[in-house]
Amino acid sequence: MAEHVADAAEQAGLPEAAVAREWLETMMLIRRFEERAGEMYAKAKIGGFLHLAIGEEATIVGSTRALRDQDYLISTYRSHGHTLARGSDPNRVMAELFGRVDGLCKGRGGSMHMFDAEKRFMGGYGIVGGNLPLAAGFALASDYLGRDELTLCQFGDGASNQGTFGETMNLAALWRLPVVFMVTNNQFGMGTSLERHSAVTDLMRKGEGFGVPGMRCDGMDVMDTYRVTSEALAIAREERRPILVEAVTYRFRGHSMADPEEYRTKEQVDEWRKRDPIVVFGDQLAAAGIVDESERVQMDVATIERVDAAVAFADASPHPGPNALYDDIYVLGDQVRGWYSVDERTPTPHRGEDERAMDSAVLPHSEHEHGVAAAPKPADAAQRDAD
Amino acid sequence: MAVMRYREALNAALREEMARDPTVMLMGEDIGVFNGAFKVTAGLLEEFGDKRVRDTPISENTIVGMGVGAAMTGLRPVVELMTINFSLLAMDQIVNHAATIHYMFGGQAKVPMVVRMPQGAGHQLGPTHSHSWEALYLHVPGLLVAVPTTAADAKGLLKAAIRDDNPVVFIEHEYLYGQRGEVPDDGDHVVRFGEAAVRREGDDVTIVGISRMALTAARAARTLSDQHGIEAEVIDPRTLRPLDLDTILASVRKTNRCVIVEEGWPHGGVGANLAALVSEQAFDDLDAPIQRVTGADVPMPYSKPLEQIAFPQEQQIVDAVLASVGER
Repeated sequence: MAEHVADAAEQAGLPEAAVAREWLETMMLIRRFEERAGEMYAKAKIGGFLHLAIGEEATIVGSTRALRDQDYLISTYRSHGHTLARGSDPNRVMAELFGRVDGLCKGRGGSMHMFDAEKRFMGGYGIVGGNLPLAAGFALASDYLGRDELTLCQFGDGASNQGTFGETMNLAALWRLPVVFMVTNNQFGMGTSLERHSAVTDLMRKGEGFGVPGMRCDGMDVMDTYRVTSEALAIAREERRPILVEAVTYRFRGHSMADPEEYRTKEQVDEWRKRDPIVVFGDQLAAAGIVDESERVQMDVATIERVDAAVAFADASPHPGPNALYDDIYVLGDQVRGWYSVDERTPTPHRGEDERAMDSAVLPHSEHEHGVAAAPKPADAAQRDAD
Repeated sequence: MAVMRYREALNAALREEMARDPTVMLMGEDIGVFNGAFKVTAGLLEEFGDKRVRDTPISENTIVGMGVGAAMTGLRPVVELMTINFSLLAMDQIVNHAATIHYMFGGQAKVPMVVRMPQGAGHQLGPTHSHSWEALYLHVPGLLVAVPTTAADAKGLLKAAIRDDNPVVFIEHEYLYGQRGEVPDDGDHVVRFGEAAVRREGDDVTIVGISRMALTAARAARTLSDQHGIEAEVIDPRTLRPLDLDTILASVRKTNRCVIVEEGWPHGGVGANLAALVSEQAFDDLDAPIQRVTGADVPMPYSKPLEQIAFPQEQQIVDAVLASVGER
């Protein structure tokens, strides 16, 4: 029996059982996480914009699994999935969506700006195309420092129309940087379909004029995405040149939660849903005897419980206190010793600053005139709060 | 002390910091083979090689963005933009990325990068190469902003900028590149950000001059002394973020009068901001309204006579001071 399973898996080109199971679990986690995030948005637990990656799980997991721990991943404002796939704690991702102190970015970034330095997830970015130069910069540093690191840069089809796309392709090719650019072609730049926003719809070709050869993968197929991304990364590492990979995929939900989806038909969505990457991959694993039906259900239940726990964690995490408003604007050091040295507006404390205790010894300015030194002493602050 | 030109002082700062720290590297348009549009990087390609001194394509936003990325992952890039006008092409990377990343990601990443750019009128470069826009960058939390006037400060502030862990917009001046000044020989001559220089002491009026205008203000101060018996105190803030407001306020409390001189536009300018700060915090010490002398509220014209009246000259500063002391 065991031999039979291995044969069938090998025949289908599947990875080994434990790996295949982990891929499926991670795709399920992203799906369930995104669904719950959507619910939490509807309940106003999450503010701002919320862009879900439902439908794009194979693109995310297939490409991310081609990376090694030391490699960099950088993404867009649709980045919860990338963050989770890179191994960030779902609790902290959900807490970031809730804007809480235990969020990955202490509640400062929110949905569009995830970051996990430890996992080398180098950020979600809210400016379309803004992350491309950064990715080339990571690759430049790796190259310069002689480190065996690769960079995978994810962006959408809409970003391929930004100036940074052409500029970055050119520079990465010119300087032979070890970076793979993956354009996640989900068919729409917000509500504008590919053929309405790009003269060249064959996106894998869009880098060629800049010296960046293209490859394409089926972004609804986790194995194909993994295979093609791995190949591209190997070229980047061994031949020191960038590759553009087009992952053809589809988002099942709207651009954001505030999207009435008037630009596409229900039929089109239904057609793509038949290729649901989680169902398709699960079926493949079932056919190969790696995961049976009850195990699949079990995995899904465990995932839902995991996401429930993340919601509970996020909800229990406190909002940042007002004293956090001015944290982390600057890296403090010899020249910038505190928030005050860069903001001289008034002699009274700024919003949030009256609670801050700051060692007068490090204040670069005279203490008696203005700023924090003129802030009420803690007793006064407490009195004002009471008022 | 050695006497050198402002551009040579900048060059020395780059050379010394590159020698001191192997992660310091330069990127910019024509900084290598061409030796830099204003020759600030002359000889550095030869000395440090093309790995560390990189000529780039004309892609301002992307070269700054690559600097941001490289800074996030272990380098200390110094990016040169040919003029401050061109920096607008990189505004997205400077403001949305460099200035924001440390805060937005909860302190997990830092961006120790310097973006150098010259500004200023006087060379008939017309409406797309001659503006003075320190106010644009002063506006942005997360950035440090330097506006060196002398050769010594050019060197000392650039070294401090490179060593700092924050993104720095380092604004040079096209006119100042050729000016000579005494520069300390010490390789560790660093001018800390947030410390203004008092260029001239006086009891009658405080003149704050930004960038080149600190020099023009000093000339005006001599004229005021010689011809009007008015002793002006001239302050060069040297950096705008952080700003050494204490030194300015202390001076205003002594002189009770304040004139602010900048080359940039009047609306939302450095002077507008500084005038607000001074009147908020030293209103009772003022014996006259704060005066501003600014560039004209126009795109910079090419015509030489028009250009010359589009940015502040000595006489306008003299007039503003006389108005402040009530002699006009």
